Amino acid sequence: MGSLALPRAKSLLARVMTGVLTILFLGGVLVTLTAWSNGRQAARQAYDRILIGAANDIAESIRIIDGQPVTDLPVSAFELLAQAPDDRITYAVRGPDLTLLTGHETAPLREGRADAEQLYDGTMNGEDARFVDVTRRFSERDFSGVVRVTVGQTRRARDQMAFDLTLDALIPVGVAGAALVLVAFFIVRSALRPLEAIAGGFSQRDPYDLTPLDDQNVPAEVGVILHAMNRFMQRLDRQIDAMRNLISDTAHQLRTPVAAIRAQAESVTEEDDPERAQVAIARLLKRTRSLGVLLDQMLSRALVIHRTDSVPRAMVDLRDVALDIVDSRDHELLAPNVEVELVIGSDPVLVSADEFSLSEAVKNLLSNALRYGTPPVRIGVKQDGDRAILWVEDAGKGPDDAVLARLGSRFERTASSREDSAGIGLSIVTAVAQAFDGKVEMQKTEHGFSVALVLPHVVEDQA
Amino acid sequence: MKPILTAALIALSAPLAAQEATTNFGSGPTVLTLRSTTDIAIIAPVLEAFTEDNADLSVHYEQWGSNALYEASKEACLTDNSPADAVFSSAVHQMLDLVNMACAARYVSDLTTALPPSRRWRDELWGLTEEPAVMAYNTDLVDVSEVPHSRFELLDLMRQNPTKYRGHIATYDIEASGLGYLYAFNDSLEATTFGALLEGFARADAVATCCSAEIIDDVASGRFLIAYNVLGSYVQNATATNVGVILPEDYILFLSRAYMIPANATHASEAARLLDFILSPKGQRIVKQMGLVFPDDQSETGLLPSARRFIPLRPPLLVALDRHATERFIAQWRDAFAAPPIP
Repeated sequence: MGSLALPRAKSLLARVMTGVLTILFLGGVLVTLTAWSNGRQAARQAYDRILIGAANDIAESIRIIDGQPVTDLPVSAFELLAQAPDDRITYAVRGPDLTLLTGHETAPLREGRADAEQLYDGTMNGEDARFVDVTRRFSERDFSGVVRVTVGQTRRARDQMAFDLTLDALIPVGVAGAALVLVAFFIVRSALRPLEAIAGGFSQRDPYDLTPLDDQNVPAEVGVILHAMNRFMQRLDRQIDAMRNLISDTAHQLRTPVAAIRAQAESVTEEDDPERAQVAIARLLKRTRSLGVLLDQMLSRALVIHRTDSVPRAMVDLRDVALDIVDSRDHELLAPNVEVELVIGSDPVLVSADEFSLSEAVKNLLSNALRYGTPPVRIGVKQDGDRAILWVEDAGKGPDDAVLARLGSRFERTASSREDSAGIGLSIVTAVAQAFDGKVEMQKTEHGFSVALVLPHVVEDQA
Repeated sequence: MKPILTAALIALSAPLAAQEATTNFGSGPTVLTLRSTTDIAIIAPVLEAFTEDNADLSVHYEQWGSNALYEASKEACLTDNSPADAVFSSAVHQMLDLVNMACAARYVSDLTTALPPSRRWRDELWGLTEEPAVMAYNTDLVDVSEVPHSRFELLDLMRQNPTKYRGHIATYDIEASGLGYLYAFNDSLEATTFGALLEGFARADAVATCCSAEIIDDVASGRFLIAYNVLGSYVQNATATNVGVILPEDYILFLSRAYMIPANATHASEAARLLDFILSPKGQRIVKQMGLVFPDDQSETGLLPSARRFIPLRPPLLVALDRHATERFIAQWRDAFAAPPIP
């Protein structure tokens, strides 16, 4: 227990960090693509405006002189284009029949009719370029028609601007990403610290120390684990206690009857008179039988205590428990001449419990009544508000008040060194009652003395 | 059939016919072909130093007129027909156009990246010099009191002294010289004086001719009294002592000769070595000695920094090559200038 086994699966920190990094990576890819597309768009818009502006400048400069469109090419248009200082420029002014008036023949003309300004991509001497096509209509006396101005520019400045914008956007994102990774690392580590503390606490613990861990001042998620572990340890603790009690009780309770049996057996061997020896043997047999009953009860009690902790609860109808016991007619072995009367109603009386434990408890109640009480013995089930009651009643007066008080105070620990099993039987009943959130009630009634197992009643719908 | 034949003949004959002079530097086995508009006398010290430092290389230098060089380079780029290993031209708008046509190879080194942005485009075109456009005058024939210190004073001079200067003012023929065109075009962008200046030139029967060296010689001989927009470096290198230089006070155009390695150059890495050499401290020292980099010491030149107008290697230069712009500009120019008198 002392050494911690090496974790085979990835640690939680590694898992969470892998998740965080994956999210950040995907986010980073998304942001990069967005930034790139935004940068490209911004650069495109900015330089497209320049291109359009230059083309319009040139178109505006066209005059009709002697029936011919003549361009007074404005330097300002080229100054505008020189905003992209390292980009090559091409331009062309074409007449209505698309003959070149001035400029470069190589400037590509946009296919089809161009009514307004149109932007398009193309190449200029093998280099990617952007073009704009602007038209100007003339309706002069000596010239009528459309003059088309094409201006193109390579994309070096655009690409540079897009790249710069992307980089500008990505640098803070990258820094933020790194910061996030760092923060996430510390947060995750601090969030996992309670778990480490638990592990540390357990590894340093005494193996027999089953006291609960503090589950209040920890995060809710860890609290759940701690709570479950505490419950588990409580159960373990109770079972160990029960085992310990069983062992010590058994030792205690067996010592006296075994000693008595030995003494009687010795006296039998020493007895010369066969008749008296016969009587002694009979007594020895009785003793042995009663020891067997005692053992049965002790084992039954151990079993009940074990079950109440380990077997899940189920819906049990108390009437079935009473009926099964009366039907099994075990009591006839104990008191063959006593008739047991069953008093049950027509409605089910439901409790949430373990049926076996309940029937063990009731068996003990019944055998106590048969053994120590006065016939007739009645067994019954009733519902009193939210209380489900299974009672056993005899016609006697019940034990003395002093005995009653003593029984009451010692139910949990069986009356040690008592040879009779009434104490053990009652302790079983008490244990069962406590296990299922109930109690044992003893009272004198008009018919005699009644012992009742009272459990919280469960409405069927809630089950 | 006939046009194709003609085109083929031009393609074959043009590069040979158009170059003005060739010379070789060094004796290395690898021959680097450099086509340039720069006069051999001015570039020679640079190339001599380069081939001295790089014994494995020799430089085959071809001097071209800027327009012919532009056409030949374009041809070489489109047809892969006998490209140069490096092109170095003062007509930077044409160079920029070549780069814009994807005719240039990319090259990056510590020295090229150290250039200011206005002297570098796409890492395919580099401005290696800083040369002012100046006015040159004959110190013997133009009285000190008459020397114009700005374009306005030149205008006034032409107005007040029409007889003396009629036919004796020269400038680049912008149709023949790419550099002349570039200067004039930038003048037209720079100030409204340009219209008045053209008018003045027209009234004074100014002469548009070619090229820097010849104009300066004619100023020295007294055929021209004042030359407008000539390269300062050429004036500085002229042997004649009677040629004075005026840095116009209103503004001075600064030109940075552009260097480019054609995309299909056979010796691109050697061309890059030449580029790095010219940009190196040693190369720059020689370039400065040859007057190709104007001293930016203000106390020495008495020049206001605000008067400097660099012609940056930037896309707006493409406007200068626009067909309509060229046609209109040349038409305007032709209106102003009479044909140069036959010598």
